[in-house]
Amino acid sequence: MDNSHIPQTLPRFSATFDPHTLAEIRRAAATGIYDIRGGGTKRALPHFDDLLFLGASVSRYPLEGYREKCATDVWLGTRFAKKPIHLKTPITIAGMSFGALSAQAKEALGRGASIAGTSTTTGDGGMTPEERGQSQTLVYQYLPSRYGMNPDDIRKADAIEVVIGQGAKPGGGGMLLGQKISDRVAAMRTLPKGIDQRSACRHPDWTGPDDLEIKIEELREITDWEKPIYVKVGATRPYYDVALAVKSGADVVVLDGMQGGTAATQDVFIEHVGIPILAAIRPAVQALQDLGMHRKVQLIVSGGIRNGADVAKALALGADAVAIGTAALVALGDNDPQLEAEYQALGTTAGAYDDWHEGRDPAGITTQDPVLAARLDPVAAGRRLANYLAVLTLEAQTIARACGKSHLHNLEPEDLVALTIEAAAMARVPLAGTNWIPGQQF
Amino acid sequence: MPHVDLAVTSKRDLNAALHALPANTNETHWHIANPEGAHALAAGINAPVTVEIDGHAGYYCAGMNSQATVIVNGNVGVGVAENMMSGRVHVKGDASQAAGATAHGGLLVIDGNASARCGISMKGVDIVVKGSIGPMSAFMAQAGNLVVLGDAGEALGDSLYETRIFVRGAVKSLGADCIEKDLRPEHEEILAKLLSAAGVEGISPSEFRRYGSARGLYNFHVDNASAY
Repeated sequence: MDNSHIPQTLPRFSATFDPHTLAEIRRAAATGIYDIRGGGTKRALPHFDDLLFLGASVSRYPLEGYREKCATDVWLGTRFAKKPIHLKTPITIAGMSFGALSAQAKEALGRGASIAGTSTTTGDGGMTPEERGQSQTLVYQYLPSRYGMNPDDIRKADAIEVVIGQGAKPGGGGMLLGQKISDRVAAMRTLPKGIDQRSACRHPDWTGPDDLEIKIEELREITDWEKPIYVKVGATRPYYDVALAVKSGADVVVLDGMQGGTAATQDVFIEHVGIPILAAIRPAVQALQDLGMHRKVQLIVSGGIRNGADVAKALALGADAVAIGTAALVALGDNDPQLEAEYQALGTTAGAYDDWHEGRDPAGITTQDPVLAARLDPVAAGRRLANYLAVLTLEAQTIARACGKSHLHNLEPEDLVALTIEAAAMARVPLAGTNWIPGQQF
Repeated sequence: MPHVDLAVTSKRDLNAALHALPANTNETHWHIANPEGAHALAAGINAPVTVEIDGHAGYYCAGMNSQATVIVNGNVGVGVAENMMSGRVHVKGDASQAAGATAHGGLLVIDGNASARCGISMKGVDIVVKGSIGPMSAFMAQAGNLVVLGDAGEALGDSLYETRIFVRGAVKSLGADCIEKDLRPEHEEILAKLLSAAGVEGISPSEFRRYGSARGLYNFHVDNASAY
């Protein structure tokens, strides 16, 4: 019997065991080790794209785009610090370490941020002279590892950020693999060259909010109460974490969603621990409001901020400022399609390169290889970052004016609606075309 | 010789005065009365002065000390001399947890006992404890010397890097990747100097046993997964 004309069942991939999953199973079976990578979550999540601004119409009138002022400045650290920080734009540069990044990249971040009138932030591994020298406003991270922690550097900083967690890996410590431990990185961290550097997940000399309060008091005493003290948490239980940070004496709370990047962490950690920033902002703001501290303790949010609309939406939900990390690296030149041939040689493609821990970044950003790092011109890269920050600010102003706001901080949740039920529930704004906020009205 | 009574003067004023000292100050010996367990006493000094605290101090006494000699005629709370860079801190009584945590340099002497996590993540400091130390001491300790005249608690030196640990008494257990090593003449020399610096007399370096890193966990390998 000739069956050649009978339609055949097409090969069908499983939605559960999709090609990526199958490849990961085979890779795990072949190597016996989990996948480590840089960056933040890559899965699709409810995000700022699921929100829209309503804009002005009959009930509200807009501001003239090129005539009427829409201010963008922000004060950070007004609660206790004698010298709070004043930034021209509410878009800051998130903490990224020298070690994870090249010295050139750190310098470029400082240059770009300074041109834009905003702050940059150190990371695990201490403060480099390049970074301090080129950063008009520098936030010094105080991390569990205390690598490179030095009171002289604390005194040189403009603010101190006590890092409890980050969005990519709440509850996890850092990891810098041996191939990125150059002589300079090793010396700054007081460890032998070439060994894996594991950063602790908990601070060595305090546990819990009561101890944190005493630790913050110590940092204030050491710096004579001059510098703002930030507390950074990964987005997990934002209401309680923010409330406890306020109780502990923070001037500023930094809240990092799971889209926030990391230099190197297990993929399973990045993709399965923490919550999206969209779901975290309103509970955090609620905590501040319940304590009467909204706008008194400033809230910086991060994790997936890409454009001025994201900035405006984050501020409308109640944040005082945002921080960018991944987007800043892209502005410097990370994952540039012009380097496609080199990404191909590394077994990846521009836009998907995330093996930052291996130190072979052809863009010269996530590497300690002197030849690769020398490819990044800190002046030109800093200029690109400054341009990008300017665009983000202009875009946010454009939206704010359309909503009739003379300051970005005048944006409010009432300016927003959601496109999806999930986003409506998380952002606590109505589903577009309705007055329904899931969980609040029935 | 300034005398500061913390029943009268605030801690803030004391620390501010200590921070304002120039390197060539004549006010080189300070007496502090009535500390009453206050936190962050004498924290952040960066001058070659001596500060003597008569009584008990709270958390982070002499935190991040540089150059100064801080003497506590009493007990101290959590994190004494944390992240010390240089100088000397001498506790005449007992110390709570995390004594000398992450300290980069200087000498920390504790006449009594130190609680858990003594020398955690130490990065070059020398610590001499004349009594015993609690569990998880020298966890992830990177550099420097930890000398214990008494006993050590559980999991000593867990995930140790390059810190040398010398214990004269019993060790309840060793942490992951911490092993006993030979006490060679160069180590006895280090010990002799540290014992002398800490004012210890009548105890021979040969009475100590040395512990250090097996360096087996320095680079991740799947066969070591059970140790992580």
